[in-house]
Amino acid sequence: MDIIVCVKRVPDTETRIQIAEDETRIDPSGVKFIISPYDEFAVEAALRTVEEAEDGEVTVVSLGDDDAQETLRAALAMGADKGLLLQGEGSTDGLATAKALAAELQGSEAPLILLGVKAADDDQSQVGPMLGVLLDRATVTGVTAFRVEGDTVVCDREVEGGVEVVEVDLPAVLTVTKGTYEPRYASLKGIMAAKRKPLETKEAEAVEGRIRVQQLTYPPERGDGQIVGEGADAVPELVRLLREEANAL
Amino acid sequence: MADVLAFAEQRDGQLRGAARETVSAAATLAAEFGGSAHALVLGGPGVADAATELGGFGAASIQVGAHEALADYNPEAYAPVVAERIRAGDYAAVIFPASILGKDLAPRVAAHLDVPLATDVTGLEVQDGELQVIRPMYAGKAFARVTLDATPALVSIRPNVFQPMEREAAGTVEAFEPQVDAGALRLRVRERKGSSGDALDVAEATIIVSGGRGMKAPDNWHLLEDLRDAIGDGTALGASRAVVDAGWRPHAEQVGQTGKTVAPKLYVAVGISGAIQHLAGMRTSQTIVAINKDPDAPIFNVADYGIVADLFDVVPRLTDEVKKLRAEG
Repeated sequence: MDIIVCVKRVPDTETRIQIAEDETRIDPSGVKFIISPYDEFAVEAALRTVEEAEDGEVTVVSLGDDDAQETLRAALAMGADKGLLLQGEGSTDGLATAKALAAELQGSEAPLILLGVKAADDDQSQVGPMLGVLLDRATVTGVTAFRVEGDTVVCDREVEGGVEVVEVDLPAVLTVTKGTYEPRYASLKGIMAAKRKPLETKEAEAVEGRIRVQQLTYPPERGDGQIVGEGADAVPELVRLLREEANAL
Repeated sequence: MADVLAFAEQRDGQLRGAARETVSAAATLAAEFGGSAHALVLGGPGVADAATELGGFGAASIQVGAHEALADYNPEAYAPVVAERIRAGDYAAVIFPASILGKDLAPRVAAHLDVPLATDVTGLEVQDGELQVIRPMYAGKAFARVTLDATPALVSIRPNVFQPMEREAAGTVEAFEPQVDAGALRLRVRERKGSSGDALDVAEATIIVSGGRGMKAPDNWHLLEDLRDAIGDGTALGASRAVVDAGWRPHAEQVGQTGKTVAPKLYVAVGISGAIQHLAGMRTSQTIVAINKDPDAPIFNVADYGIVADLFDVVPRLTDEVKKLRAEG
């Protein structure tokens, strides 16, 4: 079974971000970029599915500037077979991103398209389900595990306090989250092999985003806290403060 | 074009807390636009009974679509119906909850309508007739003020940020017949495991008791469960990435950049040192308590109240004190 995985290049989640002078984006200098962690789960899920079936190819697709080649190479080093870079501007408007991806993936015969449940920069959680509507494919979000059964795929979804088991007809779009698919480390052999794997580059369909970032700000500073005490004897005072001062209990 | 529509989420025929929040936010926004707030409720037969209370939160019209195939959430059934109701109205904005259901539904509706969507919004303002939306990015390391260049503007609002506000106006229930072809749905829910009707996602909880590596072993979580039960309704367990990665707790509980971003009334961090990606995910909580034996742990930099001590001494004592408080009423 052929699988397409959409991946995004994002700042490392351990990174402290700096807002750029124009206050509408972050300053990329000194920032380490990585493949979005959720997309990494999706790549792992695709590799395991193809390996178990002993059939099919994994193609990784990214929309972004030339630096996203590095992200695609990282996925190829994990074991994906082919890469495709759609050169274009990323946007915080997930619909614009979904349209650019749909323009490329329209007509694709890959039964499964996987994405991370969200990108670890915009946190919009929307490109996957939008792509599903645009491609007229059944879509499941927040998938922690799935298995293909004939013409369907059965997914475990993370829901409030439990798991929902959902069956969808193929072809489908799934957005993957943390759970089963702990990503493998790329081996040295994998990294060497990735350099020789096909990585196609073409211009993305130009779609203008309709969400405009007017201003980025840092989160409000929290007021000075207090150490209520050292040791369990401080607990009654903590409870009093929570009740009377903070009105939180 | 000045009305605002709120999607009111129900489960098992009962409105969820998020429904009061979306309707209240819609009523506030509609007042600024000079229009009225409408609520949209989809569910099984009989769902109208639960929907009437939304008038008390400012919905001038409560549109109820009841159908067997809408009793439980199925995105393939819900999304086209919601899109159709939005098309049929004259809405400046549509407000969804950023719950698990809302995050699944809203993007589909946006794609059906060909309008952009802002997810997990924490602020809504009208300036010179234009909607300005505040939303976190990078899991809360930054906040963006954005505008949506389309009508209607679709947003999903973060749980616990927009408070439910009771209002006088009593809205009228208007039933409509949703068009659903139950046989054509490409998605079927087989079962729900371990999720009861009142189960709360950590992102929706009003109080979170969260544990980290300082808990030492998964077997010690009964201490946090006892504290959660003592505090009572609306309390959920959270976890740091370290303990989720170690397999001690499910990912659904993870707070931080590769988990949930939360904003409860009270966040109790137990044995959590406070990695940057964790702090980003919980720093907008109203009150933060940190219990950690390391006085230099970064979690104390965001905590309102800290206790420097061995959590295995503090947590049982805290549970007892909370029980005493609850017994006093």
